[in-house]
Amino acid sequence: MEAAMGLMRRMPPRHSETALSALLSLLPHNSSDLLSQVDLPLQVLSDDDSGKRFILCEYNRDADSYRSPWSNKYHPRLEDAPYPSSKLRQLEIEANDIFTVYCDQYYEGGISSVYMWEDDNEGFVACFLVKKDGSKTGQGRRGYLEEGTWDAIHVIEVGPEEETTRYCLTSTVMLSLTTDDVSSGTFSLSGSIRRQMNMNLPVADGHLCNMGKMIEEMEGKLRNSLDQVYFGKTREMVCTLRPPSEVLPMRLPDS
Amino acid sequence: MTKRLITPLSGRVFFFLNACLLLESSLTHCFTNKSRKKVMAEEETELSDKQKKEIAKWFLLNAPAGEIQYVAKDLKSVLNNDDVYDEAASEAFPVYNKSHMICLEMPGRFGDVLVTSYGELQGNEYLDPKTAQVAIVDHVKQVCTEVRPASDEELPTPYVEEYRCALEAEMLKYVGEAYPKGSCSVYCINGKDVEGPGYDFELVAVISAARLSPQNFCTGSWQSIWKIECKDDIQVLELKGKFQVGAHYFEEGNVQLDAKHECRDSTMFQSPDDSAIAIASLIRHHETEYLASLEASYLNLPDATFKDLRRKLPVTRTLFPWHSTSQFSLTREISKELGIGK
Repeated sequence: MEAAMGLMRRMPPRHSETALSALLSLLPHNSSDLLSQVDLPLQVLSDDDSGKRFILCEYNRDADSYRSPWSNKYHPRLEDAPYPSSKLRQLEIEANDIFTVYCDQYYEGGISSVYMWEDDNEGFVACFLVKKDGSKTGQGRRGYLEEGTWDAIHVIEVGPEEETTRYCLTSTVMLSLTTDDVSSGTFSLSGSIRRQMNMNLPVADGHLCNMGKMIEEMEGKLRNSLDQVYFGKTREMVCTLRPPSEVLPMRLPDS
Repeated sequence: MTKRLITPLSGRVFFFLNACLLLESSLTHCFTNKSRKKVMAEEETELSDKQKKEIAKWFLLNAPAGEIQYVAKDLKSVLNNDDVYDEAASEAFPVYNKSHMICLEMPGRFGDVLVTSYGELQGNEYLDPKTAQVAIVDHVKQVCTEVRPASDEELPTPYVEEYRCALEAEMLKYVGEAYPKGSCSVYCINGKDVEGPGYDFELVAVISAARLSPQNFCTGSWQSIWKIECKDDIQVLELKGKFQVGAHYFEEGNVQLDAKHECRDSTMFQSPDDSAIAIASLIRHHETEYLASLEASYLNLPDATFKDLRRKLPVTRTLFPWHSTSQFSLTREISKELGIGK
């Protein structure tokens, strides 16, 4: 299993779907572990009732059907499927509405979905998902990107409700962008990172407020990380391979 | 029920199991009504050896520059079948080595040889035009096992060789200055039997540089392939350049850069020395320009390109107003605050 994860870290991120299905066919007995540990770019479905789109993931799936956060119905229809309790469903509805506004502010478009379900420890788990297509044919307002997607998955485990409640967030961001122009050719950066954050926050502030703030902070950190550390590192590598000409005259000849 | 996934690369069908969801993993133990999750029939999908071999080859071929041995190690463990692995390796390694133009040390103080399709004589024999030696290579181990002198048939004619050699000398000078750890070779790929003026011939100059820093979780590679068509009738040298740059950073994640570019230029067909100088300076010029545009792409990233994916902050330049009086009026409060009509 460790070797399988090692392979996933080296395969080109844009081929992660192919890599995962290859691993699943080689290791059918580890399929559950693989499916839960490897994140793939998010898929989207349209809700028949409202026409709105929602994101597909393991957390709203049962068999081959997916539950829409807008209508609370499974697509395609399913009998005997699990649903959140009505109290949790209220929270889920509110969360979806607010999260849509949040996404509009930060993503200038994009699709979002929130799913919640009760867990065994008297708490609950919430999953916030965002999918943004920033390409110039998608929702990229500035038109720089030939291709660009941002997929974010935030899963928060909320502990039993006490005065100070424990929130455990695991976030994954998958990113891929390509620019293409005549003078500089194709430039393509893609990757994914995963981080965790735990906080104890007063329940009086409201679950949504607490979770929202954590997600906002985490997304900001991940975005910065991707930008400065990851892209910065690859840029550093290119400059190491072939330093820009200003540096050259100062270099001593290699022996 | 199984969902079939057609892979773009090999056209093979991989069965993607919609597995049973009674899971032990950390997050999914939170599912209630575990028993009510439908159990998918786990079909017997024992892959044939041939299919396993194709999958294994795919992993090896897609390894980033310099990482194939690490991928090989993990792959062997996942495959758990040495015969299939060996067969896949014997087919995948040569293709990988040639496309990444790996640089191997030749025994006997002859220096290095580049493994490229341009210098391939047969199977595992590669010409090093610089020293007129032929290196015999073990692809899977990625080493040069022995060296022999090249025969006259394997080398170009003295007429072509003059041009090739002059260009190589200029290229070596350029690569020595511009690339801290680069290697280059110039081969004749067309018309190596041309005896004198009156006929066309074609040279190719390849530059290969790689940086491996596995302890820093970072690797990178640069390849330039310059094809030079020497057109005798119009006395022109046509250059066609192709760049391929890659980088991989994998601490706590997996981020890869993949950049490509092509360009063209031309210059007068002159004496071997003058042509060589002209070609090398064109190459130097284009490569420097390309590097500058890569830098520009990186500088542009945080502001323009990244913003199309996710802004650093909303247009209001403040964090999102999550506070509220009560959970259920949150949406109303927020919309009011942001001035959104609802």
